[in-house]
Amino acid sequence: MSINWESFTNHPFYDELITPKGHARSYARKLIGYLKNLDREELDERQQAADLAIKQMGITFRVYTEEEGSIDRAWPFDIIPRMIPKKEWDQIERGLKQRVEALNLFIDDLYHDQKIIKDQVFPAVVLAASVNFREQCADVNPPLGIWAHICGSDLVRHSDGKIYVLEDNLRVPSGVSYMLENRQVTKRVFPELFETYSPLPVNTYPGALFDTLAALSPRPGDDPEIVVMTPGIYNSAYFEHAYLAQQMGCELVEGRDLIVQDDDCVYMRNVEGLSRVDVIYRRIDDLFMDPEAFDRDSVLGVPGLMRAWKAGNVALANAPGAGVADDKVVYSYVPDIIRYYLDQEPLVPNVPTWRCMDPDSLTYILEHLQELVVKPANESGGYGMLVGPASTRAERETFAKLIKADPRNYIAQPTLGISTVPTMVRGGQLEPRHVDLRPFILSGKSIKVTTGGLTRVALRKGSLVVNSSQGGGSKDTWIVDS
Amino acid sequence: MLSRVAESIYWIGRYLERVENTARLINVNSNLMLDLPKGITLGWEPMIRILGCDKDYTERHDEITERRVVNFLISDESNPGSILSTLAFARENARTVRDSLPREAWEEFNAFHQNVVDTKQTSYARQGRHDYLSLIIRGLQQHTGLLAGTMNHDTAYHFLNIGRKLERADMTSRIIDVKSENPIPDDAPELRPYEDMLWMSMLESLSAYQMYRQSMQVRINRIDVLTFLFRKAEFPRSFTYCTENISTNLSKLPNNAGPLEMLRNIEQVMQKTSMAKMDNDVLHKFVDKLQIHLGHLHGAIAETYFPSLAEEAA
Repeated sequence: MSINWESFTNHPFYDELITPKGHARSYARKLIGYLKNLDREELDERQQAADLAIKQMGITFRVYTEEEGSIDRAWPFDIIPRMIPKKEWDQIERGLKQRVEALNLFIDDLYHDQKIIKDQVFPAVVLAASVNFREQCADVNPPLGIWAHICGSDLVRHSDGKIYVLEDNLRVPSGVSYMLENRQVTKRVFPELFETYSPLPVNTYPGALFDTLAALSPRPGDDPEIVVMTPGIYNSAYFEHAYLAQQMGCELVEGRDLIVQDDDCVYMRNVEGLSRVDVIYRRIDDLFMDPEAFDRDSVLGVPGLMRAWKAGNVALANAPGAGVADDKVVYSYVPDIIRYYLDQEPLVPNVPTWRCMDPDSLTYILEHLQELVVKPANESGGYGMLVGPASTRAERETFAKLIKADPRNYIAQPTLGISTVPTMVRGGQLEPRHVDLRPFILSGKSIKVTTGGLTRVALRKGSLVVNSSQGGGSKDTWIVDS
Repeated sequence: MLSRVAESIYWIGRYLERVENTARLINVNSNLMLDLPKGITLGWEPMIRILGCDKDYTERHDEITERRVVNFLISDESNPGSILSTLAFARENARTVRDSLPREAWEEFNAFHQNVVDTKQTSYARQGRHDYLSLIIRGLQQHTGLLAGTMNHDTAYHFLNIGRKLERADMTSRIIDVKSENPIPDDAPELRPYEDMLWMSMLESLSAYQMYRQSMQVRINRIDVLTFLFRKAEFPRSFTYCTENISTNLSKLPNNAGPLEMLRNIEQVMQKTSMAKMDNDVLHKFVDKLQIHLGHLHGAIAETYFPSLAEEAA
């Protein structure tokens, strides 16, 4: 027996598989029973088999380090799956659909009449200071009125046992390929577990993504030409871009493969000559997409792409400007946004959030920096944050200055006691490690949510940072009938 | 298919073929060193010259020794022409088009690449070198088979084949060129047996010995070996097999007039040249000529199918 579950104390955190008394949660009983029959060496062998499989499958992500520059690293994966009972998941799924539906209505409103501002539910000053609002998108009508076709929302479970939405990624969320590959690796490593469990399959995603994109084609009826647009092999998510293109049977293009001609249509350069492109799943930031409309120095983009999009000759997913709702200050308004557009109460709550721009909150935040997590409005990847309990006095002083200089750009949240899952550490031992969950939500003619999502795990003991660029790994996520 | 993707796949074909043939070339030279009588050595200097990396070598090394040359050619990652560097280029190209390659092929290639990198030190000594190079040759043959058996034989596959066969034609001619460096003087009849040995080694390095015996049914001799390696359309590593195969693949591509014309020039050169009159000097010049023509063929293919994308955008 590799682990003494009774001493698997994890107070005050919630463990996804083990109860505070050290018993397996009902839906995890068979998994824990199975793990008990493996000794440390056997567990270690399984982990090594998984690492080898990942190397051979070429599942990688790219990181930049001071010492080594840009390198391609094997995807860190932990073999112990994270489980969520189906009943709970169904409720989360409904909450995510509700959330994304409201967010799309919100974005569309911001680029048209701005009713939500006129009705004083959402302040004009927040929009005025938004770095992701694109004036160029005003009055554009993207197909189906949808702006964020692919959304990745990060969920965490607090020590109260409840699931909260931590943030929404509406620009170019990544990670879905790892969700799919994690299941493949688990099947290789623990085939016998699938005899007792039937986790809901995850592999319908590429098909659903294709359908979502195809529905956007400006030339309905025809066989639409859909492409995935990547910044190139040096992008940290290049693996995913190639993976999704392959799974959907689409071309993977770079900016230099595309050209916008005088008819405002987009073409790709083929061996046979030029051919028209209908839908671009772009995995490149707004600002680099079109040097004609945005950053003039971008060599990654396609001059004229915005022109073609505004003319309705090509669909872009996500639509340019969708990132306006990706802002952490906007995030704090999402419950109000849901109430305003859908006249419903949010099904999955936000993490309580203080806005530094509200004078009362600001005073509170500055007095309680040591307990709070302070985040900039528009950073991703866990950069530029202050984690109060882990900070030094000097760091807090620096942050206090930053916040006071630009209150609109910061929010603060309580330090969450995010949940854990037993995770392999050196020598076949299992210890609790903190996790989050990123489901992906597709919006087209209907809204679809991935079965579960990508569970990211902070592999360092005590760490809450799950980002792969900062020592995070991932786990397979099982939605199981309890 | 995208021009950029076609170009990458073409280069994957070329790089992998180059790796395989470099391994074959080093093997033939290593074998010859064992067979030749003392005092008559082929040396390693021609090897560097034949592979076109003499300049890179002299920049790094002040003397030519077996160990240095072999490490330079096999495992020196600072030499862009080494087996490991070329393999890394192939892998990087495969990564940029990994969505176009069958998943099994990519995984197999990844594992193979890892294995070749991990075991590189076995190539340092003569003793393990043959096995190491054979591992590379077999691995690449397996990869070729996997692609043939799992990939649509469509445009991408045609470009892979064109790249591979163009490189193979080039490398086969370079391997034959080893013979024009023949250290055995023409006026030394007592060394004749060694001359045959040279030809035999060359055939073996191209996996051609058995096929030569089967199809020519004559003992080893200069004219027949040259005829076999240059002109035997049925032998898959012969020069003519390669050009015919390029022609077949090109004929399935659009706008192929330019490249096909260059190919016809090569075929004419091959037909007009008599194998009977090939002394070492003539052979060397002939191989040079073929390589220049292959360069033109590459130029025509690039100009037609991979117009410089950056230039057009500017």
